[in-house]
Amino acid sequence: MYYRSLFPRDLFAELDRLQRGMQQPFDPNPNIRGLTRGFPALNVGGTSQAVDIYAFAPGIDPATLEVHLVKGMLTIAGERKVDPVPDKATLHIDERFAGRFRRVVSLPDDVDPNAIEAKYRDGVLHVRILRKEEAQPRRITIQ
Amino acid sequence: MSENPALTKTTEISRDEAALLPPTDVIEDAGGITLYADLPGVPKDKLTLQVEADTLTIEGEVALELPEGMESSHAEVSLPRYRRAFTLSRELDSSRVSAELNQGVLKLRIPKAEHAQPRRIEIRVD
Repeated sequence: MYYRSLFPRDLFAELDRLQRGMQQPFDPNPNIRGLTRGFPALNVGGTSQAVDIYAFAPGIDPATLEVHLVKGMLTIAGERKVDPVPDKATLHIDERFAGRFRRVVSLPDDVDPNAIEAKYRDGVLHVRILRKEEAQPRRITIQ
Repeated sequence: MSENPALTKTTEISRDEAALLPPTDVIEDAGGITLYADLPGVPKDKLTLQVEADTLTIEGEVALELPEGMESSHAEVSLPRYRRAFTLSRELDSSRVSAELNQGVLKLRIPKAEHAQPRRIEIRVD
């Protein structure tokens, strides 16, 4: 707990601070910089038939992307090369990721390691792994 | 004048729709500036570039092939939209902007106006 005056000198500044404090958990971008968390950003979802993983990795040659599935662990790895800044040029904003990356996702037990497909479009890698035949919902016919 | 003469960032973002801020690189050379922005998942027809007065706005909608009935279990890209606005310096010629979108990376080239181009002055010797 930090010290704060009981009688703030500027009421409006205090109100502003209070409002910002309440806004923060809802605001997706609390600062003015572009998002710079893990690269690539991952979205994971699933249906009863498959597990879908979306890796947001723009500007990569799909041939250099490595997708491995070993013992239920899906690894997405690669390298992102960014054009070097030419001589006599100034880099004013530098937020985009460059270099090697690797992300690992642990898959559920009911996926079929042989039924996996990966697509790269508009800078997003979509990996789809089908669930095993016996794990899929079935309708049982009554005789 | 700020430390960045060619391009300064605005924090002014319309509050009506929440959007993600795309990571950007800005490189300035003698002839103009080059802007790269990461917009993964945005197809060409869902990207809008707008120059109004001295403000450049980049806006893109994410279009992913989502299977029907998919339940999301983890999302790092939590909004289907990117938006970012930049204030352009008067040195730049916004009428000659060229743009390329390739695998989710937008590359914008904005040349400097004629009067702001570096010139070499010939010295005459009589």
